[in-house]
Amino acid sequence: MADFDAIVVGSGCAGPAAALELARAGKSVLVVERGTFAGAKNVSGGRLYTHALRALLPDAAASAPLERRIVRERVSMLSGDSATTLDVTDETMRDERHESWSVLRARFDPWLAEQAEAAGAEYITGIAVDSLLTDGSRVTGVRAGDDEITADVVLLCDGVNSLLAPAAVGAARPRPDQVAVGVKQVVALPEQVISDRAGCPDGEGMAWLFVGDATHGRVGGGFCYTNRDTISVGIVATVSDLMDSGDVVTQLLDDFTHHPAVAPILRGGQVVEHSGHLVAEGGYDAMPPLVGDGVLLAGESAFMCLNAGYTVRGMDLALAAGQQAGRSAAVALAAGDTSAAGLAGYRAALEDSFVLRDLRTLRRFPHFMESTPRMFRDYPGLARDVMRELFVVDGTPMRRPSKAIGQIVRRAGYLGLAKDLVKGVRAL
Amino acid sequence: MTPESTTNGAAGAPRPRVNVDEYLILNKYAVDEENPHIRLAELPDRAAVERLARVCPAGLYRVDEDGVPQFDYAGCLECGTCRIVAEGGAVASWRYPGPTMGIEYRYG
Repeated sequence: MADFDAIVVGSGCAGPAAALELARAGKSVLVVERGTFAGAKNVSGGRLYTHALRALLPDAAASAPLERRIVRERVSMLSGDSATTLDVTDETMRDERHESWSVLRARFDPWLAEQAEAAGAEYITGIAVDSLLTDGSRVTGVRAGDDEITADVVLLCDGVNSLLAPAAVGAARPRPDQVAVGVKQVVALPEQVISDRAGCPDGEGMAWLFVGDATHGRVGGGFCYTNRDTISVGIVATVSDLMDSGDVVTQLLDDFTHHPAVAPILRGGQVVEHSGHLVAEGGYDAMPPLVGDGVLLAGESAFMCLNAGYTVRGMDLALAAGQQAGRSAAVALAAGDTSAAGLAGYRAALEDSFVLRDLRTLRRFPHFMESTPRMFRDYPGLARDVMRELFVVDGTPMRRPSKAIGQIVRRAGYLGLAKDLVKGVRAL
Repeated sequence: MTPESTTNGAAGAPRPRVNVDEYLILNKYAVDEENPHIRLAELPDRAAVERLARVCPAGLYRVDEDGVPQFDYAGCLECGTCRIVAEGGAVASWRYPGPTMGIEYRYG
């Protein structure tokens, strides 16, 4: 007889969601978290699309310690000192079903863990799982320090650097082209100042994404999310592209936060934290097996992350996948079969849900971004030049806009532009 | 983009102007002085360390003026980027810090 029905490794988004469902189903479940508290090791950009949180916790979701409801979306192309920006406000962002919120994980994750504990999950924090207990190919528990704890099923929700996934399901170490490095700073400012600079009421805020010189034209981008009394600002750069470049990620971040388009919103603020995180950008084709004998993977350990350029998601996928993993594990436990075959319902359920459907829909997008450096290097400058043609008035006789813009676009090459456009549309 | 805003040339070691240490001291760490959780190879390839210097978000990998690789695990953000780039090469071994050690994010 095993010590627990289930052991969950890691308390981020997926782990507590899984533990919550297992506890609800009456199963004994232990969550093991290496940080001194849930969230101590966790970093996100971050913005959470809250549909998945409401599906998990219909009653409690409204009381989650989130930062600001996002009611303004901005996307900027940076070229040199210039920015060409799309700025969207739309009442539909306040529709509960469409909501997204800025989030700080050291505040949100402890709350989520509490929900799982309140449902009956047992928690130990400050203990790291060093390795898995196995019997042949079957995972039978975890080894943490001198302790061996057994369970009928183990759920790996231990993040993008899962050191356990290779032994559990034969996952390979991700390649540098399948991951991006994110570096972020949290900048403290008075709540009212943030509201005013974002042009939003208190309690509501802005998500702002950047492409182009945010990463000196390298594959990647910048982000800026307004929290209640802080702003999260950072960049993400594909590791394979960055590692052999002439750029240094820390300098990219510093240049970005001092860019004339970014610096004003941060002016007078104090950096209070500097963080880093690896982003699983390889998409559907980089995912490891989700199921093995006695083991399931959910969240970033399974590369559940979506970057469509204008939206970046991971936490809603992790919450939904964790919830489903908990449900499927409970079903398998009830049936007395937690082999890979007995747990196969997990993958099947995710195939039907937005998790794997969205990952499959965007499966060609990572390759498109990586193989289209012009998106990051050339097009922001093109946009700047077109805008200069439209907006600069200095008394010199104006050229017909259609002709002037035609000349600018021709410089970039109609054919290349058309090809990239078609490629981009196809990838989406 | 000016050349000096990135490095002192593609062939040279990355020398960012930013002093990341000024930011790292804002973070909360419990440094395990006895047990480095990341070990650099004894004679790491210089080009490999230069790669790591470009990607490490804490700027912990450096090549000094004499071309000698430098590394200090104390400011590690536990992102794992160096593991992806060089585990088994310039990074001899990579694991998480021991329980309750390493970074403790207060915002995340």
